[in-house]
Amino acid sequence: MHGLINRSIQCFLRDTYGACAWQSIASAAGLGFDNFEPLLRYDDGLTHAVVAAAAKQLARSRETVLEDLGTYLVSHPNLEGLRRLLRFGGVNFVEFLHSMEDLPEHGRLGLPDLDVPEFALEDLADGRFLLRVSQLVPGIGHVVVGLLRAMADDYGALVLLDHGGIDDGREVVTVHLLDHAHSAGRRFELAMPGG
Amino acid sequence: MVGLDHASLSRLMPMYLALNDDGRITGIGPTLAKIIGGQVPLGQDFFRHFSVRRPAGITGMAQLRPRAGQRLQLTLRIDGGNLRGLAMATDGGMLINLSFGIGIIEAVRQYSLTDSDFAVTDLAVEMLYLVEVKTAVMQELRRVNLRLEGAKTVAEEQAITDALTGLRNRRALELRLPQLIAQGIDFGLMHIDLDYFKQVNDTFGHAAGDTVLREVAKSLTIETRASDLVARIGGDEFVVVLPGLSDTARLAQIAQRIIDRLSTPINFEGQRCAISASIGLTISTRYAAPEPERMLSDADAALYASKHAGRAQAQFHQPTDSARLSSADGIAVADGRRA
Repeated sequence: MHGLINRSIQCFLRDTYGACAWQSIASAAGLGFDNFEPLLRYDDGLTHAVVAAAAKQLARSRETVLEDLGTYLVSHPNLEGLRRLLRFGGVNFVEFLHSMEDLPEHGRLGLPDLDVPEFALEDLADGRFLLRVSQLVPGIGHVVVGLLRAMADDYGALVLLDHGGIDDGREVVTVHLLDHAHSAGRRFELAMPGG
Repeated sequence: MVGLDHASLSRLMPMYLALNDDGRITGIGPTLAKIIGGQVPLGQDFFRHFSVRRPAGITGMAQLRPRAGQRLQLTLRIDGGNLRGLAMATDGGMLINLSFGIGIIEAVRQYSLTDSDFAVTDLAVEMLYLVEVKTAVMQELRRVNLRLEGAKTVAEEQAITDALTGLRNRRALELRLPQLIAQGIDFGLMHIDLDYFKQVNDTFGHAAGDTVLREVAKSLTIETRASDLVARIGGDEFVVVLPGLSDTARLAQIAQRIIDRLSTPINFEGQRCAISASIGLTISTRYAAPEPERMLSDADAALYASKHAGRAQAQFHQPTDSARLSSADGIAVADGRRA
């Protein structure tokens, strides 16, 4: 797995639960080092070990840990850059949902060897969608639920989200958009801030 | 031919300009109107708002018309912003489509442009996306490099440090000597071996031995300058390199001070650990072409002579065995060449 993904998981655990918690998770996972380097590649087993160790250490379900990770990726100030990159996907939540299908290509624009799951969006009409995501890691659907929830907040949309199980090797996320302009959302300007 | 109204043209080309035959603006796209600001300049002269930088010499419709289909570089008079574009002839005038070109990044900031200011087919937003991705990746790379740089400095420091005493080690010595020689800096070389260290180890144990070595390291650091290199190169063997010091008397003095200091017994958990030191010296100026190996071996030979002569003394290396410097004699310099 790409170091950037492992590094994101590390930052999520460190920023949410503290440096000590990360240290003990890293050691319980048997990493043998303290920090993932964002531009190296690591064995997939290490990613799984970290997620499993985190769930055990924090006494939370794997699903909850993954969903919190998804929310963290979009809402934490340290990852403002990622939120901005995702917001480039569209001017409203529905456009953003459609842009998820382009995520692998967008990801590869920046880092050609980045692992990004494949997304397929099915529009069921009346604001209902099914988003199918390839299993980059088992439970990826929970990360997507957390991420979409935070993105919906970002756009000011009111959305019901659920993990709809696994269908043909892909995890299914159900999306029900109740109100695309429920609140003001967060500002997004094309120009990079402070640059 | 297709006929398009202002609304359609605006969607297709948000930075379009329609000119009549006199060069008066008869239509303008919303994004272009936004960056010009103020009142929509309908009916005004195109050349009042824009100057054409390239091709040169275009100051009116007469020169612009024959340039239809050629790339134009324009400047916005109001703020000096650069645009590029293309003009094509229409019935009774010209249609011009403009774009920011590479200035897009700055333009988005300057004019607070949003998605809807660009044509759906325009890759401007992708361009902005790429710039942010690139910036983020570069930032990560810079952080990685800083971390690596820090780790490298620590590793390099460790690689030339003796873990027990914190002095330099043999590797540091092997790096430093060729450097001094290459830079043509004269230096004195001192090989120090502790006397009775084995007895301390055997009598009081290795913990006592380690304490003695650390105390010796402190003493050597005190008796030398910060610019000198003090290395532990073996169990109880030390080498001191003294750059800029080739004076025999000065070196003998330093050697004697070291011997005096090391002859003071060291306390270890109430036990008196008594040692002293034997020293062999040589100086780079004594060699036509100094070589590290040769100098170390000569200093070692002089050290052996000091040991042989009864310990707790320092001797300079000399081809012929003649004089020695003993603690009893005080600082009686014995230099083979001068004697």
